[in-house]
Amino acid sequence: MKEVELNTTTINFGPQHPAAHGVLRLVVELEGEVVQRAEPHIGLLHRGTEKLIEYKTYLQAVPYFDRLDYVSPMCQEHAFALATENLLGIHVPERAKYIRVIFAEITRILNHLLNIPAYAADIGAVTPFLWCFEEREKLLEFHEAVSGARFHAAYFRPGGVHQDMPEGMEEKLFEHFKTLPKFIDDLESLLTNNRILRQRSVDIGIISKSEAIEWGCSGPVLRSAGVAWDLRRSQPYDAYDQVDFEVPVGKKGDCFDRYLVRIEEMRQSISIINQCLNKIKPGPISIEDNKITPPKRNQMKKSMEALIHHFKLFTEGYRVPAGQVYTAVEAPKGEFGVYLVSDGSSKPYRCKIRAPGFAHLQTLDHLSKGHLMADIAAILGSLDIVFGEIDR
Amino acid sequence: MIKILSKIDGINNVLENNNLLEIEFEKNNIIKIFNELKDNTELNFNQLLDITAVDYPSREFRFDLIYILQSLTKNKKIILKTFIQVNESIESITNIHKSADWYERECYDLFGIEFINHPDLRRIMTDYNFEGYPLRKDFPLTGHTEVRYDDLEKKVIYEPVKLTQEFRNFDSESPWEGMENKLFGDEKSTGEN
Repeated sequence: MKEVELNTTTINFGPQHPAAHGVLRLVVELEGEVVQRAEPHIGLLHRGTEKLIEYKTYLQAVPYFDRLDYVSPMCQEHAFALATENLLGIHVPERAKYIRVIFAEITRILNHLLNIPAYAADIGAVTPFLWCFEEREKLLEFHEAVSGARFHAAYFRPGGVHQDMPEGMEEKLFEHFKTLPKFIDDLESLLTNNRILRQRSVDIGIISKSEAIEWGCSGPVLRSAGVAWDLRRSQPYDAYDQVDFEVPVGKKGDCFDRYLVRIEEMRQSISIINQCLNKIKPGPISIEDNKITPPKRNQMKKSMEALIHHFKLFTEGYRVPAGQVYTAVEAPKGEFGVYLVSDGSSKPYRCKIRAPGFAHLQTLDHLSKGHLMADIAAILGSLDIVFGEIDR
Repeated sequence: MIKILSKIDGINNVLENNNLLEIEFEKNNIIKIFNELKDNTELNFNQLLDITAVDYPSREFRFDLIYILQSLTKNKKIILKTFIQVNESIESITNIHKSADWYERECYDLFGIEFINHPDLRRIMTDYNFEGYPLRKDFPLTGHTEVRYDDLEKKVIYEPVKLTQEFRNFDSESPWEGMENKLFGDEKSTGEN
């Protein structure tokens, strides 16, 4: 037998590395500077969310979803709220649907406004980071105005949303989203034709159509490969069937396409929000069944019934009919799904969370093979990895 | 679609539940079924979304093993379910769907279900050298060990969990079914006399 001398170096990338986007440990096998194998070790942020949810009532489970993908909290609450509503067999009022869509889209913009500059920072640009964080802060104020919290909102609840938007909010949103397109243009003028960004991202980490489907990719990663698949369009939930928007797709499926798809998605989100603001009408923001949503504060001062409902809701919770359901939403990162099993009690029997990043990170070995070590940072950044949702 | 599905060998039960198909299948036929689901042009379930399990400790076939598939061309989602005993293993589908790799590893890690012919069946979520299967119902919520940095040994050490307060799991569920709005003697007042 012929002896072959292996001349590879194995290095450890992370868990404490700024381009590892959190706590990714990557064992990379290099030949010179060329990646032979990249093996992600995950689970360093595993908090046992699914186990914890089994011990909490349906309402108490909502805040855990904010803490999964902590840069797009509301979209994940959305998936859980829809799953629970599906099991309960209830339909939320029109206004709640529009509010949910508006805030899901704000969350999408927030997520992309973090991912794009973080990606740019990984491959050498500093300014977009500072610009985008200013813009994010303005959007987070809207989050704060409706829910009281900038990130961990717990705003979308089974049965509707927690409270109505404060007075004058619609005008404020409308004014704000007049200015945002200009900002996206400015951001693009910094990045899209930037020579360094193009050198570092065009033709890096290419994923083909069939591979993207095969590996379970979704969201911008799947669309960048040229598959026009968007759950908001193909399986619309809440008010998405009432709005008109385009689904941007890429041609090649490289890092640059993923960046472009995200930029265009922000523009589409703004258009969706504007359409919703035109269509939204005053009305109830959650179903009026005090067995599921809490009674109004002033009712509780007067009505014995309301007081009992309030007490029972926040101690026992509500019972959900036995059954199983899988609901998915188009989260900013891709298909975020919740598989919920109820045994008829007030706590979920099993709640499996399908995180898009988990499937995306799995492709890393395939995407980085044959590229340079420095390209791993670019690929990771363009996949939009957040460990809160991958490790759960 | 339901007709085509129920014709496939090994599929027992097809249910439609608000735009979602639920199917029970026999675990011995898994490879054949998944190939059929993927290659049949009428079905074309080309994307594996997730693999998970549900634990029912009191049953003989303790685990429900759940596969969630999606067809991008037919715009349909499907849940496949099979039943598994504690020490039983099942054929891996990594040769059919590449994304099954990590999903099966996760299932193995959290439930202890073994997949035959999986290329690299290691733990994925839990710590290196972890023992036990955390998502089984008999695994305590607090776990068995905790870690801390020991200043004398200059390293992170594992110790049995010490809680300053016992974990409290309140059972606030009401034992009553709720009252029907019916009082004894009501039937007399609605009568004709």
